Amino acid sequence: MTTHAHTLSLPKALVTLLAGALFGFGLSVATMIQPEVVLGFLRFQDWGLMLVMGGAAGLALVAYKGFPRWLSRPLLGGQFLTQPAQWNRQTLLGSAIFGIGWGLSGVCPGPAIAALGTGNTDILWALAGIVLGGLVHGLTTGD
Amino acid sequence: MTLIDTLFPLGWQHYLLGGLTIGAGVALLYLFNGWVGGMSTVFSSSWSWMFKRPFFQQERFLNSRHWRLVYAAGVVLGALVWRYTLAGCEAQHTSVPVWQLLLGGFLAGFGARLGNGCTSGHGICGLGSLQLPSLGAVLTFMGTAFLTANLMRLA
Repeated sequence: MTTHAHTLSLPKALVTLLAGALFGFGLSVATMIQPEVVLGFLRFQDWGLMLVMGGAAGLALVAYKGFPRWLSRPLLGGQFLTQPAQWNRQTLLGSAIFGIGWGLSGVCPGPAIAALGTGNTDILWALAGIVLGGLVHGLTTGD
Repeated sequence: MTLIDTLFPLGWQHYLLGGLTIGAGVALLYLFNGWVGGMSTVFSSSWSWMFKRPFFQQERFLNSRHWRLVYAAGVVLGALVWRYTLAGCEAQHTSVPVWQLLLGGFLAGFGARLGNGCTSGHGICGLGSLQLPSLGAVLTFMGTAFLTANLMRLA
């Protein structure tokens, strides 16, 4: 069932690409691809990041709460999946470590990927770090 | 100087517009495909092609690894379009030192995967689906990020 829900048909792939493109374009318009702007927020100099996250989460709220109510299934088939978050030691510790890294670099996963498109080669260092961090996490996590 | 100028010295419209565009992407992925589009899972799911450890071979990674890569490619594409339309083709640069980018990236990557989400997974998708654990995650990483960024300024 879940395999079916994730099946990547060509139309779904095109929508996924477009959705990612909106994500990357939006990150760029919002200047979240500039670590300096993110660090400025974290140093209380500019509250823009709240508008970015608020605007994005607001639309996501409409989507996640509204679509399953208004439609029986996604427009291209499958099912509306949910991704329940859990509150436990890993979430707490992981988020704390993530924040340290984010505060140190001003870069998080989305903008790191977007750097490949903006041509910001400096940020590829951060992308390499994230890729490696994900690997080390997977290799050191008990199964 | 108004409150708006104080809070948003660089203006506020582009922040809201950009945030809504990101939200539109997330909503589109859900409307057509039914998928929750956080960003950091791709950094676990993609390793499943190279590493046979049971951790990487979890069903949730195997099921979604294809579309997550396409989604990431879309992010690159969107940033590329921005560069050649609104940014005057200029390649971007940052003045943050390499060691901070590399070490910060490593910690962000490790932490996001350990905590099962990043600024988009917990911050946009988690808050967008009204999940308390995600609110806890957001408050936690905002807290440590505030501390770290301000300590770095003093150092």
